[in-house]
Amino acid sequence: MSRLPFYLIVGFLLIVGIAMTAHRHLQFEIPWLPGEQRQVWEVEAMVTYNANDGPVAVDFALPSHQQGFRVLTENTASSGYGLAYQADEYGRRANWTVREASGEQQLYYSVQLLVAPKSQPEVKTPPELASTTPWERPYDTAANQVIERAWSRSANNATFARELIRDITGEQQGENARLLLTQFDSTELIVRLLHQAEVKARAVSGLVLKDGRRRQTLSSWLQVFSQDDEQWWLFNPATGERGKPDNLLLWEAGGQAVLEVQGGSDSRVTFSMLTHSQPAAAAVRNHLSDDTLMNFSIHSLPLEEQALFQTILLIPIGALVVVFLRVLVGIKTSGTFMPVLIALAFIQTSLVTGLVGFLLIVAVGLVIRNYLSYLNLLLVARVSAVIITVIAIISIFSVIAFRLGLNAGLTITFFPMIILAWTIERMSILWEEEGPKEVLIQGGGSLMTAVVVYLAMNNPMVRHITFNFLGVQLILMALILLLGNYTGYRLLELRRFKPITDDEPGV
Amino acid sequence: MNWLSNWTWPTRLRDKGIIGMNRRNIRYIGRYNNRRLYPLVDDKLQTKLIAQTHGVTTPALIGTVTTQFGVKRIGAILKKHQGFVVKPAKGSGGKGILVVDNANADDFFKPSGERLTLTDIERHVSNILSGLYSLGGSPDVAVVETLINFEESLMAYTYEGVPDIRVIVFQGYPVMAMMRLSTAASDGKANLHQGAVGVGIDMASGHALRGVQFDRPCHCHPDTQQDLASLVVPQWDTLLNLAASCYEMTGLGYLGTDMVLDHEDGPMLLELNARPGLAIQMTNGEGLRRRLDLIEQQTEKRSPEERVAFAQHHFARQSELVEHPGPVDA
Repeated sequence: MSRLPFYLIVGFLLIVGIAMTAHRHLQFEIPWLPGEQRQVWEVEAMVTYNANDGPVAVDFALPSHQQGFRVLTENTASSGYGLAYQADEYGRRANWTVREASGEQQLYYSVQLLVAPKSQPEVKTPPELASTTPWERPYDTAANQVIERAWSRSANNATFARELIRDITGEQQGENARLLLTQFDSTELIVRLLHQAEVKARAVSGLVLKDGRRRQTLSSWLQVFSQDDEQWWLFNPATGERGKPDNLLLWEAGGQAVLEVQGGSDSRVTFSMLTHSQPAAAAVRNHLSDDTLMNFSIHSLPLEEQALFQTILLIPIGALVVVFLRVLVGIKTSGTFMPVLIALAFIQTSLVTGLVGFLLIVAVGLVIRNYLSYLNLLLVARVSAVIITVIAIISIFSVIAFRLGLNAGLTITFFPMIILAWTIERMSILWEEEGPKEVLIQGGGSLMTAVVVYLAMNNPMVRHITFNFLGVQLILMALILLLGNYTGYRLLELRRFKPITDDEPGV
Repeated sequence: MNWLSNWTWPTRLRDKGIIGMNRRNIRYIGRYNNRRLYPLVDDKLQTKLIAQTHGVTTPALIGTVTTQFGVKRIGAILKKHQGFVVKPAKGSGGKGILVVDNANADDFFKPSGERLTLTDIERHVSNILSGLYSLGGSPDVAVVETLINFEESLMAYTYEGVPDIRVIVFQGYPVMAMMRLSTAASDGKANLHQGAVGVGIDMASGHALRGVQFDRPCHCHPDTQQDLASLVVPQWDTLLNLAASCYEMTGLGYLGTDMVLDHEDGPMLLELNARPGLAIQMTNGEGLRRRLDLIEQQTEKRSPEERVAFAQHHFARQSELVEHPGPVDA
């Protein structure tokens, strides 16, 4: 039985993997380490609508240079449509037009944004005050009272806006505000009241950037022109907080509609986003080489799929850690790759929340499973009952966490429920057969493995390398094959077999 | 550096010829045990049936129950049998084994004296069939076999349970043997990690070599205080021959054979294991590596008797236990 083919395969995988990795490094100048360059966000907007069998014009707002972000490159994908970019004092817009369209239509726009903390918006003059349409009774009195109340407690435009927001949406919400809110949504109402008090303001739309998110929507924000400093202040219309969060991209900053479709219905827009680091020079080159046929990397996929792959490409790292811990160290885990799935959940929940959540679910699950074992059920029915129990536990904990104001508790829903149910089932059988000590050993082993896997997968360096260098996957494969061929001792066996190496008994 | 004293170096384990889990899985189980043959040993009923065709002694089969509606026949099957054992064919770790050592027209008695009715036994059989004791809860078959009359000379070395003898058979050669004595700590079960005493047995003579409980050396049985040095397995040669013939019977190259001694019929095969554990090295105070290497070098084809003689000649050892005048305090 020759091992030659085995070593040939491993050698082949290693050589191809290293060559691919090196090629990517040299050709595309992708650095080995993250962090030494600028952070770039890729944001993709997908506009969907149903066309009404006729000519269609789609008008879509685009982001411009602004505080914190600089637009690098932008692309659209919309076959068969005519496209024009327009820019005016309110911002930039894309104009798609087509003579004949029917059924569901999808238009894509993607933009690369460089994170540039020093970037400043182009100076824009404040808009003229919109002529205020008079209120009907009894809303006029209510509006006047709200304005007067906020006005008296403020010193300038900015503090007036803050007080107004608190009166409308915050804890100080009064009867008048509630009455007005029956007619308008809160942002629109605040803008209208500000205008009535002759303060220049507008509602804008922003996108909160979070790595790897898909199907996101815009949130509305409030801009108030401050006469004293001659600039726009941004307010969060929900809390009244002033200032722009670092990860907020103002998609539409002119107080205009984000999306207008003529000749279609059910239009909506969703966003996917991804961040990566690259030298600014490479960003430009990437743009130029985008259309070559030879660009067969994952990076040529739409952003939504890329975001998915960012996680998928980490799983081999988790598998390698599990193989390493089981084959070289000898840690016992309950369910071979259960720790990888738990670690994936930890990435969503953050480590401490994840650990607490996991322990809570498994502990409560074990108690309930213990009762189920008295009922003497068939296996499939029993595990199904445990699955429902796990879902119930997760719902209850989410509600309790929300009531207590622990928003982190809501992320508990990221745990894979079927896997948790099987874990509980296995632990429970282990408890009955081998006693609580073995449950602690295997449960502790699984949890420890999950934490190590999490630390490996959540490492920015590891994320950078696995996502940018696909050749690394082949190297991982080769390493796992090699580990599968290891016949030496496991670390824990050095302890288990220690008594044999002690000298002769009877001493 | 106190915690370091619990650890040893890989080189020292290699010098002792100890085999680790990875080596066992790749070099021995993976190479010599064909996956296709596993069902023969994982199902005790199949093991018993091929043992009968190969003339290997096993406890006699009284009957089997395979379907829930067949449960009602159990009364007819058990009629005229004074003592019997009901066990699941795919059970593991001794679960679901019901021993009845005395029976009259209506009642059945367990060795502890507990009285059972026919309904109790029917319920037990029904539980076995529904998979209560099998791995993964898969549906199972209940096997009824005759009661073993244990060799009395060994009863002093065990507490409650039955001492069984495990012999590792590699390519038909018996390579290492141990006896497992149940204790109060192991709750009458012969599982080493639950606290049963493992006694390494000399391949040549059947004498005890060394005793181990919880991985630490011990010289006498913790409950009966019987000195382990005086332990000799009777009919040792017959037992080794029985173990060696399991190779022809199953075709598995790396096999654990579990046997018991009946005082009338001698050694009997209880069950086979295609993935025998490594604890036998602890009880013998010696690694398997050198013995397995020696056997891998053998090219000559030998009959089971010749293989047993080979093993007895090459694997003989001196006992490490010193004979004490009487029971010693533990």
